[in-house]
Amino acid sequence: MLEVKNLNVSIGGRKILNDFTLTVQDGEVAAIMGPNGTGKSTLSYVIAGRKDYTVESGEVLLNGVELLGLEPDVRAAKGLFLAFQYPLEIPGVATMTFLKAALNAQRKQRGEDEISTPDFMKRVKEAGDRLGIKPDMLKRALNVGFSGGEKKRMDILQMALLEPSFGILDETDSGLDIDALKVVAEGVNSLRTPKRGFLVITHYQRLLDYIVPDTVHVMAQGRIVRTGGKELALELEQSGYRDYMAEEAA
Amino acid sequence: MTAQIIPTRTAAETALAEAFGAAKATLPGCAEVAKLREDAFGAFFEAGLPHRRVEAWHYTDLRALMRDALPVAPTPTAAAIETLRAELGKSAAVGPRLVLLDGVFVPEVSDSLPAGVTVRSLAAVLTEGRPDLVALLAAQNHQIVDPIVSLNAALMQDGVVLEVAPGTSVAEPIQLVYATASSVPLARFFRSLVVVGAGASVMIAETCHGEGGRTGQTFGCLVFSVGDEARVGHTAEVTDTVAGSVRLDSFIAEIGAKAKFDSFALITGGGLVRRQIFLRFAGEEAEGTLSGVSLLRGREHADTTLFVEHAAPGCIGRETFRYILDEEATGVFQGKIRVAPVAQKTDGRMLSKALLLADTVAMNNKPELEIFADDVACGHGATCGGLNPDQLFYIQARGLPQADAEALLLEAFAAELVDEIGHDGLIDGFRADVAAWLGSRAKA
Ligand SMILES: Nc1ncnc2c1ncn2[C@@H]1O[C@H](COP(=O)(O)OP(=O)(O)OP(=O)(O)O)[C@@H](O)[C@H]1O
Ligand SMILES: [Mg+2]
Repeated sequence: MLEVKNLNVSIGGRKILNDFTLTVQDGEVAAIMGPNGTGKSTLSYVIAGRKDYTVESGEVLLNGVELLGLEPDVRAAKGLFLAFQYPLEIPGVATMTFLKAALNAQRKQRGEDEISTPDFMKRVKEAGDRLGIKPDMLKRALNVGFSGGEKKRMDILQMALLEPSFGILDETDSGLDIDALKVVAEGVNSLRTPKRGFLVITHYQRLLDYIVPDTVHVMAQGRIVRTGGKELALELEQSGYRDYMAEEAA
Repeated sequence: MTAQIIPTRTAAETALAEAFGAAKATLPGCAEVAKLREDAFGAFFEAGLPHRRVEAWHYTDLRALMRDALPVAPTPTAAAIETLRAELGKSAAVGPRLVLLDGVFVPEVSDSLPAGVTVRSLAAVLTEGRPDLVALLAAQNHQIVDPIVSLNAALMQDGVVLEVAPGTSVAEPIQLVYATASSVPLARFFRSLVVVGAGASVMIAETCHGEGGRTGQTFGCLVFSVGDEARVGHTAEVTDTVAGSVRLDSFIAEIGAKAKFDSFALITGGGLVRRQIFLRFAGEEAEGTLSGVSLLRGREHADTTLFVEHAAPGCIGRETFRYILDEEATGVFQGKIRVAPVAQKTDGRMLSKALLLADTVAMNNKPELEIFADDVACGHGATCGGLNPDQLFYIQARGLPQADAEALLLEAFAAELVDEIGHDGLIDGFRADVAAWLGSRAKA
């Protein structure tokens, strides 16, 4: 369960998150939609532990554990995963090497043994097959020269391997073609369990046809301004965000 | 004494003059070579040790940094050779080894070479005086005006002369192994020549051997003559210098038409290291890649200075150098690329990148292009900075602690160039060197 309580965040003196509050239950898929620049990526970075932001007040609890103040790697080991809106290219690090280093680093923090190489290979191959990632891509440097869609798939592959208790997907659908969208959505759906929750940030209702959310939240100007079921996404598709922006300005 | 017309000599310069005076009667070589040595020493002595007002040495003021000249290393003793033989037996080789002990070729502990490749000691070649080889060993002095190249030519004790017959294809890298017999600081002067015949292919790996490290002062010179359409790879492992030592390597290559020449060097040692590389594209449509990684900490100083001359049309030159600087280290990268009027369609790209891990490091970059042809594509770039915080965050968000994320990025920064070497055994060796350097950083 992820609980964000009264989170106030600024950067360079500018307020981005404004008393932001949201709870995602175990096993729940919550979607956040909202206009550009409203603070969706900021929210995901702050939860994951990026340091550029000033957290003025608030709490972020993952399964009851306060995340604020922990290093990003500790948060990851505690079960948090962020699929980046823009996954980074890491030249000189073979994808396979990176995946194994990440997996073993998390296991080590949790006091578990390193994964055996055959076990690791098998799991990478399974996840790769499911997500349509060709083996030769795994030999290349991580994300270097990958297409936009390939990078997104690679992030989901990482999520599948790392088996977090909570996943945040920041616009994982952007840059995906229609077939890839289905493949990625199936990949995410196969990870849905009664325990594992997801926060899915998207601009497009179409993703939510494939990853069907339990709740949909509208975010505007740094906070949740409306909450509903999956039909809310359809409504937004028709009406856009004008009402929410006006409401805020008023 | 009317000393006013003689520039002030430093103690080191005076000692070098004495050393040359004492040694010249016994240094190997026929009469013609003796004359060349005299001329070379004259050129050195006239210029003196290079200092900061000499443009090419501006960032490595040797006159200030090399206070004294050490005694020249004696010929290795039989006992030292036996010790070395035993040690070599225990270490792994990636290919046949040619061993130099304090700069002197030791055939007794060297391996035999594949068909089409011959080796002789430099001393033997200089004594015999075969004109074509003497010309290759000496001609450089006239084209390259550098006091340290001259000093090496005057005092060169030994080295190897390797000839690869035209069309020969050598499968495994030939290693030039540098070993040191004594940990007492001494000076060594060696020069080697590699003549690669037309259409031949070979890889030469300079490696170092021994725990003690190369103390003292080392003046090395390696000359390559690469025939038309030959393919040559070269690597240098400069990882055995220690604090207080001075190592000056001159690397001279002239490459023929349609030849391909790739050279990589790793520098991790202590003290003062300068590699000066003189690459000349003498025939058309050749390709040359020079690359290197310097990993420095403490008060280490490493200088890589390039002189690349495009003297023929249609050649491709790529120069890529990377530095990781920590603590109070100093990095120097100078790259002078000259494109002669005939060298139309030259394609040249030079890039230096430095990662600065402390505020107290210094990186000096000086790229220079002198282009005398009008139809060329040449560019250069230099960057200095820290690790990319976005990349660090991404890696940390996947579970690696900050120190491990940093180490991963640092290793990758070096490995990107190491992985281009094109021989798995050598790549593994260099990767191990890089990992060892990073490992000792993590412990510090
Ligand atoms: N490092 C930064 N410095 C200054 N402003 C920033 C920084 N990072 C984000 N912002 C600002 O914070 C606001 C929220 O950005 P954020 O990326 O969180 O929006 P978003 O909702 O994810 O938008 P999009 O839908 O376009 O992805 C924007 O106005 C952005 O310009
Ligand atoms: Mg965003």
